[in-house]
Amino acid sequence: MKKVLMGNHAATLGAALARVQVVAAYPITPATQIVELIAEMSAKGTFPGKFLRVESEHSAMAALLGAATAGARTFTATSSQGLAYMHELLHWVSGARLPVVMVDVNRALAAPWNLWTDQTDSLSQRDTGWLQFYCATNQEVLDTVLMAYKVSENLLLPSMVMLDGFTLSHVYEPVDVPDQKAVDAFLPPFKPAAFLDVKNPGAFGSLETPKPYFRLRRRIAVDMDRAEALVEQVGADFERSFGRGYGAVESYRSQDADVSLVCSGAVGSTAKQAVDELRAEGHAAGLLRFRLFRPFPAAALKRLTRPDMKLAVVDRNYSPGHQGIFCEEIKASLYATERRPEVYGFVAGLGGGDITVELLKEIWHEVKAGTADPVSPLWMEEAR
Amino acid sequence: MKPSISVDELMTSGHQACQGCGATLTMRYALKGLGPETVVVLPACCWTIIAGAAPRCSIGVPLLHAPFAAAAAAASGVKAGLSARGDGRTTVMAWAGDGGTYDIGIQALSGAADRDEDIIYCCYDNEAYMNTGIQRSGGTPSGAWTMTTPGKEGSERPKKDLDAIMEAHRIPYIATATPAYPEDMVRKFAKAKTIKGFRFIHVLSPCPPGWKYDTADTVKLSRLAVQTGMFALYEIAEGRFKLNLNPAKRKPVGEYLKPQGRFRGLKPDAEAAIQAEVDARWALLSQRHARGT
Amino acid sequence: MPRLKDEPLSTPVVTPSARPMSENPTGDWRSVAPRIDAEKCTGCLLCWKFCPEACVDVAGEVPRIDLHYCKGCGVCATECPAHCVHMSEEAAS
Repeated sequence: MKKVLMGNHAATLGAALARVQVVAAYPITPATQIVELIAEMSAKGTFPGKFLRVESEHSAMAALLGAATAGARTFTATSSQGLAYMHELLHWVSGARLPVVMVDVNRALAAPWNLWTDQTDSLSQRDTGWLQFYCATNQEVLDTVLMAYKVSENLLLPSMVMLDGFTLSHVYEPVDVPDQKAVDAFLPPFKPAAFLDVKNPGAFGSLETPKPYFRLRRRIAVDMDRAEALVEQVGADFERSFGRGYGAVESYRSQDADVSLVCSGAVGSTAKQAVDELRAEGHAAGLLRFRLFRPFPAAALKRLTRPDMKLAVVDRNYSPGHQGIFCEEIKASLYATERRPEVYGFVAGLGGGDITVELLKEIWHEVKAGTADPVSPLWMEEAR
Repeated sequence: MKPSISVDELMTSGHQACQGCGATLTMRYALKGLGPETVVVLPACCWTIIAGAAPRCSIGVPLLHAPFAAAAAAASGVKAGLSARGDGRTTVMAWAGDGGTYDIGIQALSGAADRDEDIIYCCYDNEAYMNTGIQRSGGTPSGAWTMTTPGKEGSERPKKDLDAIMEAHRIPYIATATPAYPEDMVRKFAKAKTIKGFRFIHVLSPCPPGWKYDTADTVKLSRLAVQTGMFALYEIAEGRFKLNLNPAKRKPVGEYLKPQGRFRGLKPDAEAAIQAEVDARWALLSQRHARGT
Repeated sequence: MPRLKDEPLSTPVVTPSARPMSENPTGDWRSVAPRIDAEKCTGCLLCWKFCPEACVDVAGEVPRIDLHYCKGCGVCATECPAHCVHMSEEAAS
């Protein structure tokens, strides 16, 4: 059924359709409405799971650690400072191999205070063992929540689903809300092999010595290694069920492009328009939009690029003392390829600054003209 | 003679506690009161070690290890998860030390109590961070030496009145216990099991290396804590206050303090101040007992 | 190629620790051992009740302390009202 939904409500409906059993969440701008709608649906009896109104994000994720170890399908949502506050539990939940799904509304980290979109919050959690998905539309937010459960419960690793603060979270878009029966067919109930069971007592998370700990970490590595292909496969399954397909990286008019913009999140939508305008002006422009960041989609990147293609990577995030985070990871991933595309980094829109069609076209021309720097990112500001 | 408490043992021998550990007696009695349909949630504390390393465990009920600050929140989640899967019966107990309760865990504890989560929270209070080697916590009493209150005078701050903080949350059940009174402790856990909502049990748990006394004196000190009035055995069920043991004549606090090396630096005036505090506290407790609220 | 000898997928994802710690005999922690004087024992069960190791067996007439686990803390000796538990060097036990 078509509905006009803000990104936050698309996230909530995704969780409800996934028949989530336990939600523990704490309000934070700009993710608050995800939690508010869950509370409202719970009060009306239309939300399938239990809702714990916890006193902090640390406790939100700790409660999901408990609920998921008890064998329940779990969900939460947060943003920025809240995600940073959860950090300890993010490692714990992935180490415990719990398929928690969380929505993070991308927002800049303080200081100074800033409420607007920026991916540094989620990207600074890249080493916590969570899969990371970045969405470009509200439809994709709802769909990705459903796919994330399927992927996570197969891998027994948690997933984070990102949408841009305000740009998507508070913007209304038409969303095709799938039928519950179709979702149930796509996503069967979560059936963990091991859970807290008084008939079969055991301890979860007991001290491990270096050798078994090392092997458990390598087991995570092995499962992460198969995650990219699984994401592609689940995206194809989703298309068969719902008519909308998703891969790890979306390629738009990039097959014959000499310079491709590389974006993630809602900028991916703006970038399509920039590419269309550049094409109309006679330029061979393309776009690669990263949906998946963890595991890093190295196979898709290799498949979708050519050695004679230049990449203009636009990062709405920054690792101080280095580069934009997508850019550094793309460079690192291509390093092992003998003939590889040239990669140029651009940092733009930190703290919610607009990344406009004009700015993206300017970035494209910087690379095309050979004026971009292959080592240090160019910091690009919108002219207005 | 007929045993006064259950002979069923859910805590196994071979655990990793120090000799004479009060926290093991506490777990032994708690599980006798609760029985096998219990899940224990354990933040970082001495029991993280006592429970044992993989692949073994020293209690015969399911156990979830959790981060230091997370006991009450993780236990809330376990209860919600079990209920969501159709198990409304199993008792869920958070089991934390004083550091994990008075200090780093107090936010999650307050949140869970405020939500009146259907869990038991037991603080086994050995009055310092013992697992990391005796550092001061909010549960350390005034005058006690620790590695972070190393002066002769010991801790300059009094013990935080956590029971009062918990009472302010208006939860259905609060009880105190200590291992010298096993029947009292087992009864309190068994009673807590039958109550719905947030239940808080505070156990004073003597620690030979941390308190610096002979390992043989654990139960003796636990008993002296009650006989001197340093620790009161009471319960508050649905707002009804009841002293479970009201010694006609309390022993002087010195009998409890002197055998403990951690109080070695205590000057006579400091000991007199502790005695005065205990006397004042008992006047209040006796009034409450008489009033029943 | 992985340098570990086993196959990565042979490591289970989650294995709850389900074996009892009673596989871990702690008797060698002990420097002194308790001995119960059966003549004086009144069968009050306090040694059993207050044992932090839960290693006193009270099935028989006189309690039996399992020295595989007893760490020698001496709580039973302190608490025995009949003073019939004696702590002594290992050789004497």
